[in-house]
Amino acid sequence: MADNVTPRVRVPRDATAGETITIKTLISHPMESGQRKDGDGNTIPRSIINRFTCEFNGEMVIDVTLEPAISTNPFVEFEAVVPESGSFVFTWYDDDGDVYTETKEIAVS
Amino acid sequence: MNFTRRNTLWMAMGTAIATVLPFKAFADVDADIAAFTGGADVGSEGITLVAPEIAENGNTVPVEVNAPGAEAIMILAAGNPTPAVGTFNFGPLAGSQFASTRIRLAGTQDVVAIARMPDGSFVQASQEVKVTIGGCGG
Repeated sequence: MADNVTPRVRVPRDATAGETITIKTLISHPMESGQRKDGDGNTIPRSIINRFTCEFNGEMVIDVTLEPAISTNPFVEFEAVVPESGSFVFTWYDDDGDVYTETKEIAVS
Repeated sequence: MNFTRRNTLWMAMGTAIATVLPFKAFADVDADIAAFTGGADVGSEGITLVAPEIAENGNTVPVEVNAPGAEAIMILAAGNPTPAVGTFNFGPLAGSQFASTRIRLAGTQDVVAIARMPDGSFVQASQEVKVTIGGCGG
């Protein structure tokens, strides 16, 4: 279990129908690559977030496969179309089986 | 010097190893590309990859990919111990086929982005990034 995993997401509060909005996401996570060694020369086991998805009202926006070459505290920025009011669900899948989710509402006028 | 059968065999082995070693990393990249494209031809139009020319810290190198209309974009770092970096699959509500993230680079190398288009074709862009301090904790 990675400690202190906190997702942070920035989504605009409102938008017009059909507008393309920019979403920025960041989750604090060490993303241990499995390449590093500790002081005694033992390899530190890999522990990363291997998948990130974003859905809007159940429809997929983006599905990202992450490999160990993604930096610590993985940051992903992308764009989405909002046809109606609803909620974005962001999901991060950890190597150890943990799943972190975050929900953001958006009002479409 | 007499070329006995034993000598010739050793020399042949040495040459074979010397030829294979420098290309091992590239072979991995080619394997990853082949796994993604299924061996299809790769074009170069319609994809942009933005990465810094010089990255002081290989631990966080910002990269941006943009391939209008693409289904999926894969990013590879040709000189990393494992070249795969990540794959972005765009769903029906993606506003554009654009994504930005931060990656680790072990040293100066080429960063490659390959996009899969809905018609089954592939396009590729690559850029060299000079890295001052590598990002693999070596």
